[in-house]
Amino acid sequence: MKKPQLLVTPHSLEHIAALLDAGADAFLVGEEQFGLRLAGEFPLEAVKEATQLIHAQGKKIFIAMNAIFHNDRVDALAPYIEELDKIAVDAIVFGDPAIVIARREAQSEIPLHWDAETISTNWFQVNYWGKRGASRALLARELSMEEVVEIKENAQVEIEVLVHGMTCMFQSKRSLLGNYFLFQDQAMEVENRKAAKNMFLHDKERENKYPIFEDLNGTHIFSPNDICIIDELEELFEAQIDSFKVDTVLHTEAYALAVVSYYRQAIDAYAESQEEYEDIKAELLEKIEEIQPALRPLDTGFYFKETVY
Amino acid sequence: MSTIVNERISEIIDGKRVITRKPELLAPAGNLEKLKIAVHYGADAVFIGGQEFGLRSNAGNFSIAQMQEGVEFANKYDAKIYVTTNIFAHNDNMHGLEDYLQNIEGAGVTGIIVADPLIIETCKEVAPNLEIHLSTQQSLSNWKAVQYWKEQGLERVVLARETGAEEIQLMKEKVDIEIESFVHGAMCIAYSGRCVLSNHMTARDSNRGGCCQSCRWDYDLYAVESGEEKPLFEKQQEAFAMSPKDLKLIESIPQIIELGIDSLKVEGRMKSIHYIATVVTVYRKVIDAYCADPDNFIIQREWLEELDKCANRETASSYFEGEPGYEQQMFGNHSKQTTFDFCGIVLDYNDETSMITLQQRNYFKPGDEVEFFGPEIGNFNVIVGEIFDGKGTSLDAARHPLQIVHFKCEQKVNSHDMMRKEMR
Repeated sequence: MKKPQLLVTPHSLEHIAALLDAGADAFLVGEEQFGLRLAGEFPLEAVKEATQLIHAQGKKIFIAMNAIFHNDRVDALAPYIEELDKIAVDAIVFGDPAIVIARREAQSEIPLHWDAETISTNWFQVNYWGKRGASRALLARELSMEEVVEIKENAQVEIEVLVHGMTCMFQSKRSLLGNYFLFQDQAMEVENRKAAKNMFLHDKERENKYPIFEDLNGTHIFSPNDICIIDELEELFEAQIDSFKVDTVLHTEAYALAVVSYYRQAIDAYAESQEEYEDIKAELLEKIEEIQPALRPLDTGFYFKETVY
Repeated sequence: MSTIVNERISEIIDGKRVITRKPELLAPAGNLEKLKIAVHYGADAVFIGGQEFGLRSNAGNFSIAQMQEGVEFANKYDAKIYVTTNIFAHNDNMHGLEDYLQNIEGAGVTGIIVADPLIIETCKEVAPNLEIHLSTQQSLSNWKAVQYWKEQGLERVVLARETGAEEIQLMKEKVDIEIESFVHGAMCIAYSGRCVLSNHMTARDSNRGGCCQSCRWDYDLYAVESGEEKPLFEKQQEAFAMSPKDLKLIESIPQIIELGIDSLKVEGRMKSIHYIATVVTVYRKVIDAYCADPDNFIIQREWLEELDKCANRETASSYFEGEPGYEQQMFGNHSKQTTFDFCGIVLDYNDETSMITLQQRNYFKPGDEVEFFGPEIGNFNVIVGEIFDGKGTSLDAARHPLQIVHFKCEQKVNSHDMMRKEMR
């Protein structure tokens, strides 16, 4: 069996070193100016160091360029891609077709990974972007297990899914937190909380808590639960999904390390035999439950949940 | 940003500058009646939803036969019909797409408004006579992405609601493609397509028409400080809200026209015929007046007042002039506010007896001061005299929705004219 790649979003260079030891196969890094909702900020210098570190161990590094760009940032895209080319990163993750144009301008052949989050919903799309330079697609989190498997069966590119962490369910260009503080006549709070990532919206009716923060790309609101399917990976293994993503945004480095090591165990166990995975999966889930912050309940996202429309 | 003069859209005729490349006024219609009203009141094009592949699953949506009837009606006015097919499909939604697109094409529709590459590529293949317009669901925000869709052969793109005048100007300079931009109506506060609040909160798929407008709800803002969850505001303070005011760019129409924007879009397939008639009337007047004599154009106060007669939320300019602040959002009680009741639509007028035949839509009675408006009559006020039902019986009031009533009006009105009443 070809093991799925275990991809993680690291917080720092030191974190990358530790995550390599914990068994991560691939890393998604970048900076706010180009990438969305990253666990850490990696300017080009840091990308260079990270690449050396990661490549020395034969692992992969991908760069997030998945923002929704406005005119003021598009001129910077091709020069940034040229720099990435020099560093020889393994892929660029994108969601805006401007990247297809910018990559051409930069005469780069770095593979693209298509990740437009909420709108990546069927197998035709993943092949469409495959014909335009993508070697992989990351699927919307709002798909069912059945839909994921069917996409994989029909895909001519690699398929990546989120197996663990929170997902963004809303991005506005507006400064919704800043606007609220200003409306409440608390201009000081706008300054004080500009970089704060400790806020959440409380939805009393559903008893949900939605993490919220603001950055260069606007206001982001996250799912009330962390997806965790460490004990539900059979179908993804069987379908030969190419990459399992662990998103560590808004979690600690230590939490990320532990979670990655548990998914490493799950993947390695299944590679030995299905029975071996079956034997340890409940225990792995328990271990995650032990370290799970009280504010963040676990669930299985939409893998086993119906949506209507 | 001052209004520029765009020589590509104007000519000097008899020493006077005239806009010769007038933009299209594009109106919404949730059903055949609304479509006819939009066209009759002066829309150059109407966008409608079909029974599949479109968002707004609650809007009354068109069958293929109804699309055909709509197209035939619109053709008489030289107006175009576009069909929104702007879901992001899941695998299961892929079945039946080819037939559906061919049926739309067969109905004589001009184009489709679409977001999913699946539908774009399928349309190119099986219904090549349909124009393909990129939906705002793709949140198209920069000129390189515009260039991408141009290279893909699309005729037109609808921009993200987050794009402003200066950005649109650069897109127009860099790429030769038709641009459609929202000028009026309700707004998404998130990047369109990038909001799945409904999915996570109510298990309804927003990108397939299930949006339950969770962004209009109130939330409490908390912070976690040393492990403690603390509310940042007191209970008596206004809750955290994201609800945006509705877009209204009527006063920016001159600038929008000079930017060379090709289609000015009014949102609201769920809105009433009164809303559509009023909004289309006013935008039509402003576009026509500006294009006829841009150098001496002054916006009339009564046009602005007319537009407010169908307002149901506070309004703002959104991104057109730059980043919107908190003044462009609604906090606290933001229930809808209407100032006028739509009382009825004229079905007929008898020139000899001066009797109006009217289909009632809201309560009115003898002695009420009402206002008539329509494309040929402009606006005028009258006091309602004696009201009769179909059998000639005198009524103390017109109480029943859709009831046919008759009353006298010395000033001539026409079929499709509307009657409204100020709420006091």
